[in-house]
Amino acid sequence: MEAHAHHKENFITKYIFSTDHKMISKQFLITGVVMGIVGVIMSLLFRLQLAWPNQEWPIMEALLGKWAPDGVMDPNMYLALVTIHGTIMVFFVLTAGLSGTFSNLLIPLQIGARDMASGFINMLSYWFFFVSSVIMLASLFVESGPAAAGWTVYPPLSALPEAMPGSGMGMTLWLVSMTFFIVSSLLGALNYIVTVLNLRTKGMSMTRLPLTIWAFFVTAIIGVLSFPVLFSAALLLLFDRSLGTSFYLSDIMVAGEVLQNQGGSPVLYQHLFWFLGHPEVYIILLPALGISSEVISTNARKPIFGYRAMVGSILAIAFLSFIVWGHHMFVTGMNPFLGSVFTFTTLLIAIPSAVKAFNYITTLWKGNLRLTPAMLFSIGLVSTFITGGLTGLILGDSALDINVHDTYFVVAHFHIVMGLSAIFGLFAGVYHWFPKMFGRKMNKTLGYLHFWVTFICAYGVFFPMHFLGMAGLPRRYYTNTAVPMFDDLTNINVLISYFAILGGVAQVVFLWNFFYNAVRGRKAEQNPWQSNTLEWTTPVEHIHGNWPGELPEVHRWPYDYSKPGMEEDFVPQTVPLTEKEMQTGH
Amino acid sequence: METLLFILVGVLGIIAIVQAVRVFEISARVKGDDENKVSDKDNRTQGLLLLLFLFFFLGAFAWMVYSWDSVILPKAASLHGADIDSLWAISMGVIIVAFLVTQPLLFGFSFLFRGSKKRRAVYMEHNNKLELFWTGVPAVVLAGLILYGLTTWSETMNPSPEDEPLVVEVYGYQFNWKARYSGTDNKLGYANVRLIEGVNQLGLDVNDVSSLDDKVTNVLHLPVDRPVMLKFRAQDVIHSAYMPHFRVQMNAVPGTETQFQFEPTMTTAEMRQDPEVVEKVKNINELRSAQGKDPYEFDYMLLCNKICGSAHYNMNMKVVVQTQEQFDKWLQEQKSFAETL
Ligand code: HEM
Ligand SMILES: [Cu+2]
Ligand SMILES: [Cu+2]
Repeated sequence: MEAHAHHKENFITKYIFSTDHKMISKQFLITGVVMGIVGVIMSLLFRLQLAWPNQEWPIMEALLGKWAPDGVMDPNMYLALVTIHGTIMVFFVLTAGLSGTFSNLLIPLQIGARDMASGFINMLSYWFFFVSSVIMLASLFVESGPAAAGWTVYPPLSALPEAMPGSGMGMTLWLVSMTFFIVSSLLGALNYIVTVLNLRTKGMSMTRLPLTIWAFFVTAIIGVLSFPVLFSAALLLLFDRSLGTSFYLSDIMVAGEVLQNQGGSPVLYQHLFWFLGHPEVYIILLPALGISSEVISTNARKPIFGYRAMVGSILAIAFLSFIVWGHHMFVTGMNPFLGSVFTFTTLLIAIPSAVKAFNYITTLWKGNLRLTPAMLFSIGLVSTFITGGLTGLILGDSALDINVHDTYFVVAHFHIVMGLSAIFGLFAGVYHWFPKMFGRKMNKTLGYLHFWVTFICAYGVFFPMHFLGMAGLPRRYYTNTAVPMFDDLTNINVLISYFAILGGVAQVVFLWNFFYNAVRGRKAEQNPWQSNTLEWTTPVEHIHGNWPGELPEVHRWPYDYSKPGMEEDFVPQTVPLTEKEMQTGH
Repeated sequence: METLLFILVGVLGIIAIVQAVRVFEISARVKGDDENKVSDKDNRTQGLLLLLFLFFFLGAFAWMVYSWDSVILPKAASLHGADIDSLWAISMGVIIVAFLVTQPLLFGFSFLFRGSKKRRAVYMEHNNKLELFWTGVPAVVLAGLILYGLTTWSETMNPSPEDEPLVVEVYGYQFNWKARYSGTDNKLGYANVRLIEGVNQLGLDVNDVSSLDDKVTNVLHLPVDRPVMLKFRAQDVIHSAYMPHFRVQMNAVPGTETQFQFEPTMTTAEMRQDPEVVEKVKNINELRSAQGKDPYEFDYMLLCNKICGSAHYNMNMKVVVQTQEQFDKWLQEQKSFAETL
């Protein structure tokens, strides 16, 4: 490792095929931001359609071409946009963009390692992700349009090119892209696990790990256990599409032709998909919760309340997340008894989730809160985590799910609990660790502006959707004007779209703040937030191997903020225990 | 057009703000202090904003519940629907209480404990009693919800076998629905997509005697106060039959048969008289007439609720609930499968 530091670097090895975790982290972040821009623009396009159906938008024709004749979006394009928006947001922004960025940046820095266990595999992980992103974006330009069967791509719809244009070439590219993506995730996750287990510096026992690392570590384990199942689901779907197998197909007549497939089950695909799909929401959420634990504790100048309970609830959530997937399938005709089992396990998740929420709130109690933009986003995260988590009690209850399954109530629920919480976690992480990533500072005032507009618009977009769902409005509807009973929902839809547009535009503030200050920002000091964790003991200028001399040694847990008897209100992990502390055992 | 303007103004506004902030930044730099450090003044402002947000949030919540009350859960018109609705009400109650406790705590603390250079936080690592408390309370509440939920679910999904239901098939294909009545033998004949031919759109088996008296229709008619067992079949991709008023939803899956039994409790005519529905229809018709559309009359609907292709949004079937006599009369008038051949 030491020897590496003396290698000559050229532009290519430093910025492109880098094996340095700090550079790879930036690569993940910037790719994620680019994908995020695409995903948000898509959502704005279909929000225009939902609020003002049949209105002619020149911008629509300019962007979508033949898919928006006279500026009115085609129904197939609507479904394609929803599908790619969902896929991009879930996988590309909030899995790779969030976990890829911060696991890479923080795991070596916070455990006191010179780099990931394998820098080469880490580099491969990014490049698989890059290729996957390129293929996904390329699929937007194929003749028959991108995949359009929803981000869950249920067969037979996704298996039969005759069923919709999006199930042609676009669907093939979607599957190929996701295959690359899965490989990327697995390479990344294995590296994270090995690194956390083996490369912790002297004194960094598992119980002294910052909660960020616990979250990334458990996330990686969930990923390793669940992504291969998605891979097999995708592989079987590819076979059904191109080799004539019948894993998911049976007794089908489409476009006037009877297919020969017999004996398969579309529901099998759903079991495989959701065996990844549910854990996936925790793959998205846990890193955000880890980030906010760190940000909240640092800025509350107080230990995170109930460290052990926090670790315990991460583990409990991770375990339970593997036995609840059936709650997405209550109305597929599954055996009602099985439905009962899934209701039971699903509602259990509320317990560790409640513990986490209460622990966050108690951490604020009697703190000395420094309300930085990162802290505001973390508080926002706790708020959306609670709001969105609560409606899970409705959707997880099979009897109630009959009412609102696949309606906008679900769209509201998952956007708030997973989308918003994780996006806020991402923003919190960027504002907090920007000085570590770029050695510079972001502008505080723009950060505040960004937070407030985003936070208000986020609730403004997704809270009213609960009401659309309770009215019975199905999701994935190109327009609700075809059914007069929904005519009184138009005003709500218009309101939502105004908030969406304003919220989308507000992200320009963030992009400016981010890119401008990455190059021109004010130079950061070494430990700008007076934080305890190890990453702030490295030099501001990035060096290979992270620490110039010896690796730091750890003497205490990361949360000694405002400890009585200490002069400063923080005690970095590298500070040896005082005599008094040794006597009292703390 | 006005929306385009709106966007344009938004973008220009942001550019103006960014520029203003830059001027501020540069002047701070000239003075040599770090404008990006969070000061006590920032903590005060942001703390206050968080508190204001809390009031705004709760106010907006109350406003939505009040002014959108008419769209929350359409009136239930089935036997089990009433049970589901009481479970719904209780669960919603629990959720809203939890919401109204935790959000004020979160934003309230954020305001109360906003930082100041003069203060120091209180060192508190954990407190086993407290943690036991907030593990225990949710656990007890959830135990109640789970028990109640599972009872309702099992009563809904396993209706008592004594009351012999009317058997009707609901058949989904891109992009419409058909209903098939089992005829005098109350038994649906064998059918498979491979047998689809000409007028035999549902692929009934001509050699099966029980299919000969089956009747295929475009509208789903149901008698009131009598259990009905719907059997679902799909021709091409997965569809889903969603009838919000009956609290019924079940996927129609190619290659498998699914089912849902329930009992409608109000005829279409009765629903049209119901004050809640009258109010809602009046409201809708005001909006429709403003747009120059035909007036709307209440009908039960069966909506497709599983993405199935381009016209998914327009794949629905009218449902008519009638008295038994009206229903019998209507069914009498429909042609049997044998007659259509
Ligand atoms: C600008 C902010 C966003 C807006 C306005 C927005 C809007 C929407 C809407 C209205 C739908 C539902 C369309 C339908 O079902 O017909 C949707 C679908 C979806 N969105 Fe978003 N969304 C936003 C951000 C996000 C984020 C941050 C995530 C990350 C989790 C996300 C993930 C999804 C997913 C997974 C779907 C489902 C796609 C599908 O039905 O296949 N969205 N979005
Ligand atoms: Cu799930
Ligand atoms: Cu459909």
